[in-house]
Amino acid sequence: MEKLKNPDDLIKYRKSLESEHRPDMVRICICTTGCRALGAEEVCRAFRAEIEKQSLAGKIEIVDTGCQGLCARAPVLTIEPMGIFYGRVTETDVPEIISRTILKGEIIERLCYAEAGKRTPYTRDIPFYSKQKKIVLKNCGNIDPKNISEYILKEGYLAFSKVLSGMTQDQVINEMKNSGLRGRGGAGFPTGNKWEFVKKAQGDIKYLICNGDEGDPGAFMDRAVLEGDPHSVIEGMLIGAYAIGSRKGIVYVRAEYPIAVEHLKIAIKQAKSLGLLGDNILGSNFSFDLDIKMGAGAFVCGEETALIASIEGKRGMPRPRPPFPATSGLWGKPTNINNVETFANVPIIFLKGSAWYKAIGTESSKGTKIFALAGNVKNTGLVEVPMGTSLREIVFDIGGGVPGRKKFKAAQMGGPSGGCVPAQHLDLPIDYETVKEVGAIMGSGGLIVMDDSTSMVDIARYFMEFCQDESCGKCVPCRIGTKRMLDILTRITKGQGKKEDIDLLKELAEVTKMASLCGLGQTAANPVISTIRYYLNEYEELINKKGVQPLPQQSPATQSPCCA
Amino acid sequence: MHKTVTLNEESAPAVDLAKCRAILLKYNSATSADLIPVLQQIQDAYGYLPQNTLEEITARTRIPLSKIYGVVTFYSQFSLEPRGKHTIKVCTGTACHIKGAPEIKKKITEVLQVDERQTTQDYKFTYEPVACLGTCFLAPVMMINDRYYGKLTVEKTETILKSY
Repeated sequence: MEKLKNPDDLIKYRKSLESEHRPDMVRICICTTGCRALGAEEVCRAFRAEIEKQSLAGKIEIVDTGCQGLCARAPVLTIEPMGIFYGRVTETDVPEIISRTILKGEIIERLCYAEAGKRTPYTRDIPFYSKQKKIVLKNCGNIDPKNISEYILKEGYLAFSKVLSGMTQDQVINEMKNSGLRGRGGAGFPTGNKWEFVKKAQGDIKYLICNGDEGDPGAFMDRAVLEGDPHSVIEGMLIGAYAIGSRKGIVYVRAEYPIAVEHLKIAIKQAKSLGLLGDNILGSNFSFDLDIKMGAGAFVCGEETALIASIEGKRGMPRPRPPFPATSGLWGKPTNINNVETFANVPIIFLKGSAWYKAIGTESSKGTKIFALAGNVKNTGLVEVPMGTSLREIVFDIGGGVPGRKKFKAAQMGGPSGGCVPAQHLDLPIDYETVKEVGAIMGSGGLIVMDDSTSMVDIARYFMEFCQDESCGKCVPCRIGTKRMLDILTRITKGQGKKEDIDLLKELAEVTKMASLCGLGQTAANPVISTIRYYLNEYEELINKKGVQPLPQQSPATQSPCCA
Repeated sequence: MHKTVTLNEESAPAVDLAKCRAILLKYNSATSADLIPVLQQIQDAYGYLPQNTLEEITARTRIPLSKIYGVVTFYSQFSLEPRGKHTIKVCTGTACHIKGAPEIKKKITEVLQVDERQTTQDYKFTYEPVACLGTCFLAPVMMINDRYYGKLTVEKTETILKSY
């Protein structure tokens, strides 16, 4: 690939790619990231072999894509331009898909999405898709993430080129502030303000870090974005780097995400070879380089000062703030840290303008949010909806509700730092503030649906065990507080609870929250507080009953076939 | 986190340092920022972090052994003891938890006769629960080496383990 020397080159390059585009070509997009676990790669191989066998190379194109969202039907594929969606595809289905669907235009019923006995062949008609609003995930599942040309064809790097050739740093920051984008990692701090702090900070070097240490159990949106559309994150980082005046970026990725690392490496290499990363990008005097750092398995490293310590090669322990990373971060230099999803939101804000972006969402929370929908829900998968969408719409309209004859009990939001939202709040429009009011947090967007067989005390114990295990041990309130709360919760679930345990739990929760050094300890008690708030009767029942209370466990074999 | 580790001379045989030296050669003037990537590569090469490789890092980089030990014991990815031929990672994420992961974990302990984060006596399996594999649609799920096994039942788990 030849380097692009100016913004016009990028436009010319996209035009040349467009002219090569063949509208008569059938495109079969197969998710080979998440669906890999259920044999998507074998399906791809079978397609390629069949295409060769039938000499259809000029007519059908197989595209390895990232996550298409409806993981419950994995392995999934979409056939374009027809817009057909097939799920649970195996190698043996491949010859039939080619001979019947592609060559004759027939629908294969058994592979279609089914709800209440009705088969829906087209993506646009499936409620799971039609009720979503895909902004961040718009390319995810539609393009080959290992090919930069596909991203450029979808107006990729156009936003950055616009910024580079026509906006000052302050204009970029103002546009960000105007858009109302807030950090998608959990806390919801306004991104534009964060950038402004770092821009104003004094320092010869400034660092830009992308936090991809997605550690919340039950959250997998950052993984999907990095795997399925890595260039959108790189482009977001480029715009951020330009705004704050950084030449050096780092993407910190969890070690458990090998495909994300692989796709990012390819994306960085391709962006470098096109001159979109490196020195004098697009002929300007702006230079920016990007490195990948892999985590080594520590949840606390999602906290920004711990993450910085980890990049510096130390034990990943947080430190008190201030000084904030914006003034003294990596190697003591001003550092800006944003989450993967936050960066992936940036390009479209500059492509369509902050006014367009601001129109989506609620008063306090703009844009969309990706949720990882899992647990006792029919359509497990990745969902992107405007802020302000109700929990009911997400769980029932999009998620298809609770499988089997079970009833919805609660949605756990925000992972170990979050809480359980009970059925009475199903119609709550979800944004940063409303979720907080009901005792959970937006967090990174993990949304675990629980049915009426789930013991809420067990859930509180489960999260406390997680926090206790992941507590770095530096500060006493978190180290000892989580341990003592875990002891009490374990005691209660074993039927050895005491009357005074609930008050003791509340007191410990309060102290741990107020006195802990970082977010991990400050929020570790949230699942306890929220379950006591809504399910006090379950605590009391276990305490009053005494004797060992077997935890309700459901066997996956007894679940409805649509989720089996 | 908080691993209990014993550095025992007898159980920690010295290994051939050729691979370790080759890795360190890539870092001309290694700084502390390179420590974690170096450790990750050494663990990839040897399957664990043999004691004499850590001493070699100290000799080449002048990073104190105590500091290296501190880092190694902090991150759950690192192991100071030889690991089994196959690594079993059982997801203990929320979705897996409510769909029966505790039963799966119990079964593994029962079949392999090892506790969490331990290696079987014949060095066939190392068993480690992980916070979340990010594949909630497969819940409950485990990974053996690079292969996913989803929608597990207690019976299925036993059959899978016995197939290795």
